[in-house]
Amino acid sequence: MQKIFSVLFYGDTSDPAAYNILWKIRLPRIALAALLGGALSLSGFLIQTFFRNPIAGPFVLGISSGAKLFLTVAAVFLYGAAGSLPPLFTVLVSLIGALLSILLVLGIGVRVKNMSALLVIGIMVSYICSALTDILIQFANDADIASLTHWSHGSFSAATFADVRFSAFIIFPALILTFLFSKPMGAYLYGEGYAHSLGVNVRAFRVLLVLLTGVLSSVVVAFAGPISFVGVAVPHISRRLLKTQKPIWMIPATFLCGALFCVLCDLFARTLFAPTELSISTVTSVLGAPIVIRLMALGRRKNEI
Amino acid sequence: MKFDAQDTRLALDALTVGYGGVPLISDIALSLRAGEIVTLIGPNGAGKSTILKSITRHLAALAGTVYLDGEDMRLLGGREIAQKMAAVFTDSIRPEMTTCFEFVAAGRYPYTGSFGALTPEDKKIVGAALDKVRASELAAREISSISDGQRQRILLARALCQTPRVIVLDEPTSFLDVRHKIELLEILSDMAKKDGIAVLMSLHEIDLAARISDRIVCVRGGEITAVGSPDQIFTDEMIRDLYGIERGSFGALLGNIELPAPCGAPRCFVVGGGGYGIPFYRALQKRGVPFAAGILLWGDVDLVVAKPLSQEVVCTPPFQAARAQDTAKAKALIDAASLVLNCGAPVGEYNRCNAELLQYAAGAGKTVVTDLDGLDAAIAREGTV
Repeated sequence: MQKIFSVLFYGDTSDPAAYNILWKIRLPRIALAALLGGALSLSGFLIQTFFRNPIAGPFVLGISSGAKLFLTVAAVFLYGAAGSLPPLFTVLVSLIGALLSILLVLGIGVRVKNMSALLVIGIMVSYICSALTDILIQFANDADIASLTHWSHGSFSAATFADVRFSAFIIFPALILTFLFSKPMGAYLYGEGYAHSLGVNVRAFRVLLVLLTGVLSSVVVAFAGPISFVGVAVPHISRRLLKTQKPIWMIPATFLCGALFCVLCDLFARTLFAPTELSISTVTSVLGAPIVIRLMALGRRKNEI
Repeated sequence: MKFDAQDTRLALDALTVGYGGVPLISDIALSLRAGEIVTLIGPNGAGKSTILKSITRHLAALAGTVYLDGEDMRLLGGREIAQKMAAVFTDSIRPEMTTCFEFVAAGRYPYTGSFGALTPEDKKIVGAALDKVRASELAAREISSISDGQRQRILLARALCQTPRVIVLDEPTSFLDVRHKIELLEILSDMAKKDGIAVLMSLHEIDLAARISDRIVCVRGGEITAVGSPDQIFTDEMIRDLYGIERGSFGALLGNIELPAPCGAPRCFVVGGGGYGIPFYRALQKRGVPFAAGILLWGDVDLVVAKPLSQEVVCTPPFQAARAQDTAKAKALIDAASLVLNCGAPVGEYNRCNAELLQYAAGAGKTVVTDLDGLDAAIAREGTV
């Protein structure tokens, strides 16, 4: 403990191994988990606002899987390994994948006009994307398989401070932008028609919501792979804690909760069966899926879904 | 609050509305003054909601202009419009973890700053709006936990928070029980009279529309068929035409709905009057027995039900002895019938004729019954009725 402190706060380099572990492995990993966890939860909150449904989430609706598929395509055909692509490029590729899968889900969803059908479509899209990703991985070079497989299950283990800086560069502006739009978001929660009658430009606002969701979730996929259920579970937990829906409270709270949630999940993933590391999605699924089931059960009772 | 009743709050000029570029109703002209309540009536799918949604800009108007407080709405920004016009469209959204107060406070949106924080003044207005719809005690309740009737009042309070000059409501009384319908309309009419808010709405219940509205607009099959005061609009024929009622009837005077009359030659003659006959007319209709009724004085409340349900009603001018030809006609009907129903209406100076008819029936050997049990027994006995 004392050693950690001295390395952390006094820049003690007497033990280079400890210094490296802390500054090059542990800290960037924690910082990245916090940042991406916050971003993922916030994107979940945004997509839930968009659909006015507490079960929507970037993973459930196939957004993460779409991003993952595109990234895998890029990795297999362009470079050979996911990690070696320039970060801006990976983010852009996964953003395209994320937006395309949102549009696909929306395009079909418009026709069915039914929330549970929309979720089923999202889950199907997610399965299709995952299957295609698996096929691609099958055909990738042997050397890349390990890293791709590892990444496609979600992990913070390869974090560097460069990743942290880059993702912060995208996530914080997105967070601030989201916060600036908390007022129309509050009106939108009471219905599109109502928001419109209050003078909200609903069409532009919906586009903004989708874009922000896409940006936030694709950054996560680019740096840590798809992480399941955080986007659904964390906004739900935040709502329970705050006992309000108001975006002006929910946006910062969801971000902080998500950061904490992912740091903890990553800690479990790393230490639970040490030295074997679990993938982050394994942990988030175990913790997050029951919350989704609970929400489904609640929704059924109230006939909302 | 003072207002000038001559103020035009909302004016539609050659407005054409429709979906997807296809005109449904063209060239609508209508104007609402301060404090005026105007109601759209007409059958389902006639285009009432389309008109309302085009005014509130939920739908794009295909042509024409809407003037809000004298200004062309196309030149107003969303915020300016929201400060002058509030819309109440019933939707099923019930946000969780939101108190009624928070929900109603959303109506302050066009006035609050960029983060939507409420000033003490805003909170006062929210409180006053809740007061006005008599829902102050609901303020701290969850919006998802209140009843439909309460919810409708909360929606109205939210609209009031916009301190609008015009309120547009789409079927605000649907799904409410009678008590809540009356309450809601009373609040609306209060609002219009005291605060001078112009109210434009659609209603399904034409009887209620007649009571609350200053003016009625009839919408049918893609056109506005009539505009006028409730007295001008609510005649039996007008309603029959508007809704295309072919079987059964709607009595415009009292708003009573009657099912179609049983067909065939009258087999029963009902001696009623003064409201005594009404339950019997309806009982005969339910049993499918065609009947005639008489002798009723003009203006007798019995007529409101007897007219639409019977094959024939014998009427005579009121407050005098029945005319001889009417008595003769009634006797002829008794001759043709096998059954006479005495409803027990009091007989006095003006309707001695009815005592005479009952005597005549007994003398002619007709079965005379005085209650529903007797009626059922007689029907069973005859078997043929």
